[in-house]
Amino acid sequence: MTDAPLVEAPADAVAGEVVLRLTDVVKTFPGVRALDGVQLEVRAGEVHCLLGQNGAGKSTLIKVLAGVHRPDSGTVEWRGEPVTFANPQAAMRAGIATIYQELDLVDDLSVAENAFLGHEPRRAGFIRRGHMARRTRQILGRLGHAEIPPSRMVRSLPAAGKQVVSMARALSHEARLIIMDEPSAVLAHDEVGNLFRIIRELTAQGIAVIYISHRLEEIREIGDRVTVLKDGRTTAANLPARDTPTRDLVSRMTGRTIEYVFPDRPATDTTGDELLQVRSLTRAGEFSDVSLTVRAGEIVGIAGLVGSGRSELLETIYGARRAESGTVRMGGRALRPGSVGAAVGAGMGMAPEERKSQALLLGEPIYRNVTLATFGRYARFGFTDTGKERAEADRIADSLDLRPRDVRRPVRTLSGGNQQKVVVGRWLLGDTKLLLLDEPTRGVDVGARAELYQVVRALAARGVGVLLVSSEVPEVLGLADRVLVMREGRVVREAPADELDENTVLDLVMAGSLMEGAPA
Amino acid sequence: MSETLPTAAPDRAADLPAQSPPVDPAETAAAGEKVAHGGATGRRLSWWSGDNGEGARRNLGLIGVLLVLVVIGAITRSDLYSNPDWVWDNTLTILKLASVVGVVTVGMTFVIIGGGIDLSVGAIVALAGVWCTTVATQNFGAGGMIFTALTVGLAVGIVNGVLISYGRLVPFIATLAMLVAARGLAAEISDKQTQISDNQFINGIASNSLLGIPLLVYILAAVVAAGWVLLNRTTFGRRTVAVGGNPEAARLAGINVKRHTLMLYGLSGLCCGIAAVMLTAQANSAQAAMANLYELDAIAAAIIGGTLLSGGRGTIIGSLLGVIIFSTITNLFAINGLSTEAQNMVKGGIIVAAVLVQQVQFRSFTQFLGRNRLTT
Ligand SMILES: Nc1ncnc2c1ncn2[C@@H]1O[C@H](COP(=O)(O)OP(=O)(O)OP(=O)(O)O)[C@@H](O)[C@H]1O
Ligand SMILES: [Mg+2]
Repeated sequence: MTDAPLVEAPADAVAGEVVLRLTDVVKTFPGVRALDGVQLEVRAGEVHCLLGQNGAGKSTLIKVLAGVHRPDSGTVEWRGEPVTFANPQAAMRAGIATIYQELDLVDDLSVAENAFLGHEPRRAGFIRRGHMARRTRQILGRLGHAEIPPSRMVRSLPAAGKQVVSMARALSHEARLIIMDEPSAVLAHDEVGNLFRIIRELTAQGIAVIYISHRLEEIREIGDRVTVLKDGRTTAANLPARDTPTRDLVSRMTGRTIEYVFPDRPATDTTGDELLQVRSLTRAGEFSDVSLTVRAGEIVGIAGLVGSGRSELLETIYGARRAESGTVRMGGRALRPGSVGAAVGAGMGMAPEERKSQALLLGEPIYRNVTLATFGRYARFGFTDTGKERAEADRIADSLDLRPRDVRRPVRTLSGGNQQKVVVGRWLLGDTKLLLLDEPTRGVDVGARAELYQVVRALAARGVGVLLVSSEVPEVLGLADRVLVMREGRVVREAPADELDENTVLDLVMAGSLMEGAPA
Repeated sequence: MSETLPTAAPDRAADLPAQSPPVDPAETAAAGEKVAHGGATGRRLSWWSGDNGEGARRNLGLIGVLLVLVVIGAITRSDLYSNPDWVWDNTLTILKLASVVGVVTVGMTFVIIGGGIDLSVGAIVALAGVWCTTVATQNFGAGGMIFTALTVGLAVGIVNGVLISYGRLVPFIATLAMLVAARGLAAEISDKQTQISDNQFINGIASNSLLGIPLLVYILAAVVAAGWVLLNRTTFGRRTVAVGGNPEAARLAGINVKRHTLMLYGLSGLCCGIAAVMLTAQANSAQAAMANLYELDAIAAAIIGGTLLSGGRGTIIGSLLGVIIFSTITNLFAINGLSTEAQNMVKGGIIVAAVLVQQVQFRSFTQFLGRNRLTT
């Protein structure tokens, strides 16, 4: 069964032939010209990478290809013919499958139902459930996740598991072009390896792949050609992915060169007071017996795979989950378990892992999202002071380079990376003493990332303690003063960041699997 | 993974591949200043696209519907509409008709924006009305009766809130149970009799006017104004939108979602208490069957007014317009001498039509404005 092709490759796919060509594509939203003349050429059998800053128009571009948006002008040629897809189904029928940046799964359907949503195998009007489950199991197996049962509800999967399901959905179509919008943002290191293996299998069958990522090293590894977008325009097309100098790519993306990424680490200050003390914190199946401290002005990083219990640990410290045993103390005082209010009252703030479901009010203006945790502070006698809120949000928007800059726009209209900046920006306001950051740079571009690191370092210099979780080991090593490595819910190593290197951490971290630690 | 660090790369800017169109980043940046793309538009958005712009635009659509109804009235009964005095009186009649449901709808709007639903409002009005007209309560005079009605409404609302936020019942089920129970209790207290209100002050609330405008209309205006301020200008309103829009995000931002949910149902109950006084005053009596199906009128008005049934969005003004549209339809049928059966059918149609009209109008309007702004 494993020998069956993952995707039934179209018999007439010829590698090297141009399958998709975009000329001068323009797409506007109220007040924003998201695409302003895009050129793109994709060949069968290649991995074509799209690079661009947050808000450059990458997601808008792929939504045009996927039939979600219709271009205002310009032409899309698909296999030699000009086309306009009326809706996503039309694009799928034509052979374009898409993995969107924001997960679009139905939480209350099973894995198999999600994978085949909208094109369930049928016989006489009835869904062929057995067949569907078999096909799903086969696709999941090829994706390296045979352990995910097709009948499992998607709601109960961890973030990376959901990502695998949306990949399975794209692969369940007979596609000639598969578009992946930042698929690796939620994946851990080993998962990315899996993803690349699949991509190679696909391209070997003549299927074209459009790949979007902010991680240049991924583009080096998997990409063939690169097209760079800036402010909705193609600034460079068809650069060779492997040997275009990084400086070039970055300057074409941002219009400037970025000299540094991580801010200098000050000589470690061991005199700062212990701010957070966690003793033997345990939640069965998630993490056990975790003890750690964070001093004022210190950045502590937690490295570990998705599923190693990192996010659950953070949420438990924050009171969003209730610990089964163990204590959390802030400034020496024990916090009431399972109470976010107590944690926030003691000066904690947390930027959670999933921005859409855990952090944002999508229909509300940017500034109200930024001040969601602090609007009470600007209020007088219970009356909100929106002028002050806007001013504060403006300040945050400046320091994080938010685009577009108008803080009265609904958050919904921001690009993924810019939404992420809003989530982190929320806790830069007010008098947060301890900041818990869960994947703070997910989907954030190179330039904005450097700025975010600066901001976090500046906070620490002011005496704020930071506890940082990230799947990107270089980020943890580069930003943190001290690093904890977690595996399967336990801390397996603790050391100052400069005593560890990437390979050591990766070795320590491996040997976990995606489904472990997930709620049953 | 070291490649994330752009510093490490050797400088080979000179040997760019030939296929790439020669684009100078600086040049692109310069062009970027002329057209609004990706970045900020450079201009402040105007008032209608500001904080509550979307709601304001929806409300324009509702006012349009209202005008259409008035025009229909003017055409079908041109004889009446030719008399300005009659038109003024009739307007007051419509507002009076809207007043009781209007007050209930304000509370309902808060509950729905906060992500819930309150099916028990009609029953709470009945219970509060019956309770405040018992002989024992009437002995305390008008103040005692009003205090009783408000307290009963608030208390029942809080019970709803406790069941929903701390008992974790689904709002639909909890308030459905309360609907049945509160009407039952009202029947028990009143012994299924109509209780006459002997209090002249209470009865006067419905019959008296100030400066030619009925007191009931003032009460409606006061509740609507208070509701508007509460929703748009206070932290309570902000929390309501947050709790309804994304409860998990609200919780992780440190908002006490449970306590707030409880307060929302308390607020709805309080509005029902006010409505109970008004309705009792209108009828000079109270009984267990009063305010029948008010929950449906209030929900329908809120939805027509643009409140999202799944929570997180809605306006008080929209809800008010929804209520007024309904009472205008009722009035339209009354002045034309048509049956209530026909009226109900039309009401159903209007609900659908109003929502459809808003959607279409809203979308094309937005597109129009978007185009317009780019070219200016
Ligand atoms: N529905 C929308 N309404 C209004 N503006 C929008 C909408 N969708 C996107 N935009 C705007 O279009 C521009 C391009 O956004 P897009 O999502 O394509 O960026 P992106 O390149 O995918 O960025 P990221 O790397 O952050 O994901 C942004 O300025 C964004 O604010
Ligand atoms: Mg995007």
